[in-house]
Formats: sequence, C-alpha cells, structure tokens
Amino acid sequence: MFNKEYRVALMTIAHKEVRRFLRIWMQTLLPSVITTSLYFLIFGTLIGSRIGKMNGYDYMEFIVPGLILMTVISNAYANVVSSFYGTKFQHNIEEMLVAPIPPWVILTGYISGGVFRGLIVGLLVTLVSMFFADLQVANPVMMIVVFLLTGILFSTAGFINAVYAQSFDDISIVPTFVLTPLIYLGGVFYSIDMLPEFWQKLSMLNPVFYIINVFRYSILGESDISVLSGFVVILVFIVSLIWFSLRLLNKGVGIKN
Amino acid sequence: MNALEIKQLTKCYGDGLRALKGVDLQVKQGDFFALLGANGAGKSTTIGIIASLVNKTSGSVTVFGYDLDTEPEAVKRCIGLVPQEFNFNQFENVFDIVVSQAGYYGIPRKQALQRAEICLKQLELWDKRGVASRTLSGGMKRRLMIARALVHEPKLLILDEPTAGVDIEIRRSMWAFFKEINAAGTTIILTTHYLEEAESLCKHIAIIDKGEVIKSTDMKNLLEQADEESLVLSLEKPVQSMPEIEGCRMSSIDETTWLVAVQKEVGLNALFVGLDQQGIKVSGMRNQSNRLEQLFLNLLESKRA
Repeated sequence: MFNKEYRVALMTIAHKEVRRFLRIWMQTLLPSVITTSLYFLIFGTLIGSRIGKMNGYDYMEFIVPGLILMTVISNAYANVVSSFYGTKFQHNIEEMLVAPIPPWVILTGYISGGVFRGLIVGLLVTLVSMFFADLQVANPVMMIVVFLLTGILFSTAGFINAVYAQSFDDISIVPTFVLTPLIYLGGVFYSIDMLPEFWQKLSMLNPVFYIINVFRYSILGESDISVLSGFVVILVFIVSLIWFSLRLLNKGVGIKN
Repeated sequence: MNALEIKQLTKCYGDGLRALKGVDLQVKQGDFFALLGANGAGKSTTIGIIASLVNKTSGSVTVFGYDLDTEPEAVKRCIGLVPQEFNFNQFENVFDIVVSQAGYYGIPRKQALQRAEICLKQLELWDKRGVASRTLSGGMKRRLMIARALVHEPKLLILDEPTAGVDIEIRRSMWAFFKEINAAGTTIILTTHYLEEAESLCKHIAIIDKGEVIKSTDMKNLLEQADEESLVLSLEKPVQSMPEIEGCRMSSIDETTWLVAVQKEVGLNALFVGLDQQGIKVSGMRNQSNRLEQLFLNLLESKRA
C-alpha cells in the first residue's frame, strides 16, 4: 500500500508545502508571533494582573495554553486552505492529478505542510510566552501530541474548505465566521465554570473547547473536562474529516470536471 | 499493440451538455497522431479523460494495454501531458517545477535532478532554471510544460495545442524536437489549430466534431482526397480579366494578384499553358491555404449539411 513511489511523491508534496511557507515567512510565521505577543502583553500582563486567579492559576498562566493553541489552529488551517486553493486556482493541481498519486498521498502531503507550519508557529509562540509567564510544562509529550493532532484536524478542515472554495472570498469566510468564534468561545480566555448552565452545555458542542482543555492539561495539569473524553472527541473529528476529504478527492469534487 | 484505444467514450456535464457522444479512437504505438476539431468539438474533453483530469460518463480508455478504470496508475505512468493552458505554479522556479513533477511520479530526488537537467537542456531552458516561471516568455512557458511532461519519460506524449501563441521560429524548432522524440519511439497525440502543423508532423489523423469522430484515417490518404489546389499568382503586369481555362476557377485579389483553384485532374501545366497563350507572365506563386485546411473545412461542412 505504501510503496517507494508513494513515499517519494508524499515527500515531494510535503517538501513543496514547507518550502512555500518558509519562502514567505514574513506572511506565514511572523504575524502570529507578533499578534500573540500583544495578547500576552495586553490581556495577560496589563489586564490579567487586575483579573486575579482563574481556576487557581494567574490569569496569564491560564490563557497561555489557549493562545498557543489558537495559533496552531489558525496556522494549520490557513496553510492548507490557501495553498490548496492556490493550487486549484493556478490549475497546477493538474500536475498531481495526471501523476500516479493516490488521493490519500495528496491529502497527507498537504496535511504535513499544515501540521509543520502549526508546529513551528506553536513552538515560536511557546518560546515567546516564556518571557511573559513562568511556564512549567506538566506533560511535554502530551503537549507535542496535542500540537500534532490539532494540526492534523485543522489542516484537514482547511483542505475541505479549499476543495469547495470557488473564489478567494470563500477561503476567508470560514476562518472569519466559523473558526474564530469557535476558538474565542472555546475557553481560551475563561473557564467554563464562569458560564451559565445553558452556555456550558452549548460549549460542549464546540470541538475547540475539548482541544484547548486537553492542551491546557498538558501544560498546567488542570482541565475543565476529562482528558480522555477530550482525546476521543479530537480523534473522532480527525477520522471523520479525513474520511470526508478522501471521499471528495476520490470523486474529484471541486478539482475535476 | 495500440498506444491508445478508446471505445464508445461519452461525457455528459452536469448542465446536460453532451461533450462526447461515443468516441472511438485507436492510436498505434510509435504514431504521430493529429486530433483535430473546431473549438468545443470535444478534443480537450477527450484528452482530459485520457489524462485523468475529467471523469468520463461511460466507455473505456486503454493505454498500452492498461485500462483506465482498473489500472489508473499504470495508465498515468505511460502518459505525459502538455496542456493547452499554462498550469504550473507561477511563483516557483523552472527547475523546481520539473523536479517536483518527477517526484510526483515517484522518481527519487537524485534521479529527478538529473532528469530535470536533461529535459531543461533539451528544451533550451537550462539557463533559466533559477528564475520564477511567471517571468518566462510565452514560448519558454510552452517549452517548460514540454520539459515537465517528459521528465518521467512517458511512452505517450499528449500535446494540446503546444505551439499556440508561439512565434514561427520557435514553432519550427519545436516541430523538429517533436519529430526527434517521435523517431526515438515516443507516441505523440497532437491537437492544434495550425493545420499546417498537423500536416507536416502527423502520420494519422482523426477529426472530431460535436463530440463525434467524423474521420479517422492516415494523413496521406486524406490529403489525396483533396480534389483541387488553391494558389495565389503574382503577375508581372496587371490584367483586367483572366482567360477561361477548363478546370480552373480564377478570382481577382487585385489586378496583379489572382486566386486560382486548379482541379487535380487538370494539373498546373494546363493552367500555365493557358496563361502563356494569352501572354500573361507569372512572376510568383504560393499556396493560398494548405490542403488539410480545405479538407478539414469540407469535412465539417458536409457533416453539418
């Protein structure tokens, strides 16, 4: 199933994707680092010092995991949606369609690019956060695993968005009107305990809420939900989105006439 | 073995358009095959299906014995496609585009670098290997797509209007290159609107109209069907009218330039003898259009009549 030719093709796509975002690092890597630094400064240091404790932690410590993960989510998503849509727009998707590459190799190649960008930006933001908070990572292995799973999940979501997108507007609508609200309402800045019961139940439908809490657990050792249920939700979403993406690729939706 | 065999190929688009209505086609191994048709006739749809860019509705496509439905990857390895539109990444450099294409075909990087170098040198693009593809001229972009299509050494090369918008000098050098690789064993399918190109390059020809193949034959046979030759004559002195010569139709472009259609059975000698008898001297002569163009138009007209 995974022969040498597929491995070469996969490495080619992944290498091309990484080369693409590194070439334009001022647009891809730097903005998230600057924006998140401002969040740390304003919400964490200036406003956070007046808020006091959240779940027993300084407000700065509480928001750091969510802010790190926010950059991973948005970068993984943005990388794949813009790259794959650009490939469609310039028709160079045809370079891959005429070659003997199975759909899962194409998908894995693009996801690899998204995950790698998410990982790099996530680690950069983690480094920056150390200037603002005394960050003690409770479970580094879990932290990296959540980085990777989050990257896979949102790279795949970005891929689906790109498959259906027919204009550049279409690749910014979902991040603006769906992804950003999900992230902000996913508990980056507050604990779920602060919400009324109805909104607490509604938050449970938000996948980002689970991811942020699992990630917060990996750093602080503290979470609003059980870590196992968090991982189950993440894996269910990953499997569902990958299955759906492969279905789209096999049918040629949005890429073949 | 046939390089390509298409049986009863149909394509219906979502809006109900029937782009192909049961196309049958055979291309022999080693052939240089022209697929001609007016805009919208179904050429690009046929090529798109062969190259896995378009999903077919029904029918079968076999490439070097491999069935597109059951062995799509084997089919893809046999084919190199030069599409009509520029479809490479405008921001990537020339070398990376060709090397990446080799990678998509599973060619290890070391070998891919060597092959890319050979292809770019063959197409005279080696000096441009480091520049962004968007900065190339139109002719260079066409050659880049040819280099990219050849990097995995395909047995069947499909050229979809490869010389569109290319100046005559580059076009001639591309013709020489295509002849060379065809002579070396690569089967070539060519679509073009320059019928002179098809006439001078191709051994066999199929004409497609409104989704159906209306003629599939060898080029020599087809050209022999032309029953008259159209010439433009330049006269030494202006004349008001031309003499009646049996088997020749003449019309004036201006007083020293005349368009003459000569029936094949009459021959050119009869024309020149007739003109000489009237003291009309011809200073120059050229083909008004190539024979294939006339035949092509005749076939389309008779089909549509």
